[in-house]
Amino acid sequence: MNELVFFINNVVIAGSVTGSIYAIGAIGVTLIFSIMRFAHFAHADIMTFGAFMVLLLTTAFPAVGASIGVPTALIMLPLAMLLTAALAVGIDKAFYKPLRAHGVKPIVMVIGSLGVTLMLQGLIRLFSGTGGQSLYVDDRKEIFRLALPFEGVRAPIVITEPQIYLFVITLVAVVALHLFLNRSRLGKAMRAMSDNPELAQASGINTNTIVAVTWVIAGALAAIAGTLLSLDVTFKPDLSFFLLLPIFAAAIVGGVGHPYGAIAGGFVVGFAETLAVFNWNVLLRPFRDSLPTWLELPSNLAFVGTEYKIVVPFFILVAILVWRPTGLFKGKVI
Amino acid sequence: MHGGYGSMNILNGVNMTLYADEVGVIVGPNGAGKSTMLKAVFGLLNVNQGEILLNGQPIHNLPPNQLVERGMGFVPQEKNVFPSLTVKENLEMGAYLKPQNVKRMLEQVYDFFPPLVEKRHQPAGELSGGQRQMVAMGRALMAEPSLLLLDEPTAGLSPLYMNEIFDRVKKINAAGVGILMVEQNAKQALAIADKGFVLAAGQNRFTDTGAALLADPDVAKSFLGG
Repeated sequence: MNELVFFINNVVIAGSVTGSIYAIGAIGVTLIFSIMRFAHFAHADIMTFGAFMVLLLTTAFPAVGASIGVPTALIMLPLAMLLTAALAVGIDKAFYKPLRAHGVKPIVMVIGSLGVTLMLQGLIRLFSGTGGQSLYVDDRKEIFRLALPFEGVRAPIVITEPQIYLFVITLVAVVALHLFLNRSRLGKAMRAMSDNPELAQASGINTNTIVAVTWVIAGALAAIAGTLLSLDVTFKPDLSFFLLLPIFAAAIVGGVGHPYGAIAGGFVVGFAETLAVFNWNVLLRPFRDSLPTWLELPSNLAFVGTEYKIVVPFFILVAILVWRPTGLFKGKVI
Repeated sequence: MHGGYGSMNILNGVNMTLYADEVGVIVGPNGAGKSTMLKAVFGLLNVNQGEILLNGQPIHNLPPNQLVERGMGFVPQEKNVFPSLTVKENLEMGAYLKPQNVKRMLEQVYDFFPPLVEKRHQPAGELSGGQRQMVAMGRALMAEPSLLLLDEPTAGLSPLYMNEIFDRVKKINAAGVGILMVEQNAKQALAIADKGFVLAAGQNRFTDTGAALLADPDVAKSFLGG
């Protein structure tokens, strides 16, 4: 039983945390691709920007949350989402719109976004410094230990406060996005433009509005992902940047341009990562007596070492591109 | 009117007049500029010389969304539906600029194309070619156009569906919508046309009523295959 608790803590919870963050990031990437047909490499640093805005606001008004009983950072999140959405729209106006107006190939947009990512990273570093800073400025990070009511179970299930917020907010964001895309006039127009931009225009849909709405949504979601990640760990200017590969892997696994695919892809990549670095020795230990004597269990039975975690999304990415380039759900072939 | 893609002219002096409530049919050999003509009317390519008037107002080089507002609807030949949207959503997109009309127009469109009622919650990409054409025409009708532009609505359809589409075109016209369409099936199309335009090399070669063109031996010999 203790082993099962260990599994829940290190795979179920850890995988859900990673998966949620990848999923929210990948939704943004996939939406941008479906409307503008290019891979937006600056997405991770837009996430960092969102988290940085939360850090600034929390540092400025550290006591706001205590009065209500939630972490201040969480109260600042909606404001940071707004600022990040504005940044995303601004970046589009300044850098991507002129490129689009020239009718450049998607690869030029991709390289442009690479430039934007470097610029953003530099700017954020300039103001935040390079070290890690906790988003819990005045608040305490609660850690919940749930003891299971079974005989002989000593280890509790451990879950932290930001992780609970992460699950709730992910769920809310996904449901809200679903309702937006399927019920609202603007959401349907967005899907229409993703399907057939010329016909969308011929129907009288203003494609510039749709592009702006896409950036607002992608920016707001990026702020959520960046902030929740930084709440779970700490804020670092390069934290999100290292998630760029798994987030793209998630978007491609799910089928590029397919928002639900991105959610599924996020969890697939997240769980694949945690399962790959999980030490299976722990689960096999109870059966040690029934194993043949010549089979000695090594003390670390993980597929890959934690320090090589990044090979997992990389492998998934390559495998998907080779064997199923449209992704799990049918997406667009890049 | 002269026009084409970029500065290259594909249309070299075309002249067409269509009265409200009329069916106009553009026929002619491949490469005559039939589809180009339609696209030019809908503002999808440059008009380099001359003008296009709708109800006496110049409309050339206006963006498509403004043309939709002025009562023009366009059904392209290919890629004329949103494949991943349901039939109903496709139709709703047609009334994007007039959301208050959606309910009333949906009923009217389902009236024109009864087969769509049953399929309304199915993605348009899963429909057959003929049903897709109905969705495409329905989408354009949702904006209550006074003039509907159809680019080869029967291309690639079985004869059964072809007749049905021509039938619908007549019905839509009877409801007071002007139609300008490009057709490969010239004989059938001219039979329902108030006005026919035979286009060749970017110019009109013959212009007359549909019936007169069908009866004209010159037109028959050179363009209708005898």
